[in-house]
Amino acid sequence: MKVGANIKDFLFEKTTALFALCVLGLTLLLFALLIRESLPAIRKFGVTFVTNSTWDPVLEEFAALPFLYGTLVSSFLAILIAVPLGVGSAIFINEFAPGWLKTPISFLAELLAAIPSVIYGLWGIFVLVPILRDNFMKPVSRALGWIPLFQGPVYGPSMLAAGVLLAIMVVPFILSVSREVLATVPQVQKEAVLSLGGTHWEMIRIVIGQHCIPGIFGATILGLGRALGETMAVTMVIGNRPDIVLSLFQPGYSMAAVIANEFTEATGDLYLSALVEIGLVLFLLTIVVNLAAKWILTRMVPGRAGR
Amino acid sequence: MDNAIEVKKLSAWFGDHQVLREITMGIRRNSVTSVMGPSGCGKSTFIRCLNRMHDLTPGFRMTGEVLFDGRNVISEKVDPVFLRRKVGMVFQQPNPFPRMSVFANVAVGLRFNGKGKSKSEIVEVVERSLRMAALWDEVKDHLDQMGSSLSGGQQQRLCIARALAVEPEVLLMDEPCSALDPVSTSKIEDLIEDLSEKYTIVVVTHNMQQAARISDSVAFFLLGELVEMDKSAKMFTNPSDRRTEEYITGRFG
Repeated sequence: MKVGANIKDFLFEKTTALFALCVLGLTLLLFALLIRESLPAIRKFGVTFVTNSTWDPVLEEFAALPFLYGTLVSSFLAILIAVPLGVGSAIFINEFAPGWLKTPISFLAELLAAIPSVIYGLWGIFVLVPILRDNFMKPVSRALGWIPLFQGPVYGPSMLAAGVLLAIMVVPFILSVSREVLATVPQVQKEAVLSLGGTHWEMIRIVIGQHCIPGIFGATILGLGRALGETMAVTMVIGNRPDIVLSLFQPGYSMAAVIANEFTEATGDLYLSALVEIGLVLFLLTIVVNLAAKWILTRMVPGRAGR
Repeated sequence: MDNAIEVKKLSAWFGDHQVLREITMGIRRNSVTSVMGPSGCGKSTFIRCLNRMHDLTPGFRMTGEVLFDGRNVISEKVDPVFLRRKVGMVFQQPNPFPRMSVFANVAVGLRFNGKGKSKSEIVEVVERSLRMAALWDEVKDHLDQMGSSLSGGQQQRLCIARALAVEPEVLLMDEPCSALDPVSTSKIEDLIEDLSEKYTIVVVTHNMQQAARISDSVAFFLLGELVEMDKSAKMFTNPSDRRTEEYITGRFG
């Protein structure tokens, strides 16, 4: 009886260990494969792959900087829009919304997270891009076209469109994590602010500062991670032009988008290898972002903030 | 002696559940009034009515009058934000802001409502409040350390200093010692006596010895009703109500 139970425990432990090892193994295998397949490109271009900006399949000259730039700019633009939107709605839902409104709003917000990205892309092409172009980009370009950020002809598909679309896709994540973070604030902390004659707004400001900054930062990184890797929706609205232009109204290109667009037509070995290397760069970028986030978080955890 | 707060027929409900039944009492100015009674008797609910702390609780409502400065402060016409600047509160669990320094914890209320005080005024008020809360000597050399790094008793005195800094007239204390050790408790009790020279203090406690030690008057609550209220000496030696006697002699509660 006892022996039987021990064997079951033993088998259970080893099986779960095997599953855990599979995850580790897959990650390493993925990494190894990316490196192996991009070796020809790495040998040919070396560091210039991430410092040059020419992408010319005909002359077989490949460099990833415009894609790296496009991925970073569109993702940070998305975060810039999505964090105030997500955190703001979380505050509204948790602190102000009447009971009957809370459930439908949070349900709809969570539904947003479940929509396939290709549908966001279609909606982007047919709804978001025309609206942005006619109601925002054209007037702004006329009035403020001399500012580098808004320079150049307005087409529609652009870095801005990609950023806004990504923001909409990322908001549900930031919203739901922020709501959880807000819900963990001890009631006595809120009451402490109120008892001193603080207003509702002062209460929210202080408890967020005291308790929620690390959590909201975590939510931001989660959103950033999703934005960095998002492929389909970005491909459909970013304009797919491998140039580095400061203007947000001009088309750009992202790493994920160029892989998706050009993989099927990459005939030469070097072309294929260059695309895989872009994948490798994207992989490394997400790892760096996550590690940096973890490092910053450990320094933000309450208690260590003191002396 | 005049009363700082006059409570008239105060009743309160959480949803359908009535927790206070027509409480009528006067709270004397510059004295310590204890509110005691067994768990669930409504004593915490009662003092939280005095600074409208229940405002955010869904389903809570109250009727009757709480007269303070000549106004019925439980009426919706009175802004609770201004009421709470005059009627401060100290909670059961010490709740300093964990990621603010000792200094910032005391100064935080001074910056509310855009009340512009100059830097030197703030420094002055912080020192005065910490001295009144008998904490100054222990923290004066490290005012920049985090509020959460103090001991439990120090944290509670920090919370008292924080409440005093906004210069209230009344200080409500909801079982301020129940989370503290005996040494810290006696420090807070001494402090309460000192503070009563300048402030009107209402202390909720379930500890009868504490009520006897610190208070001028005692109110005894049972099942949401005020059973009796009298001078502390009278209450503990010769109560008028049989239920009070049963409670203080330990027959229930």
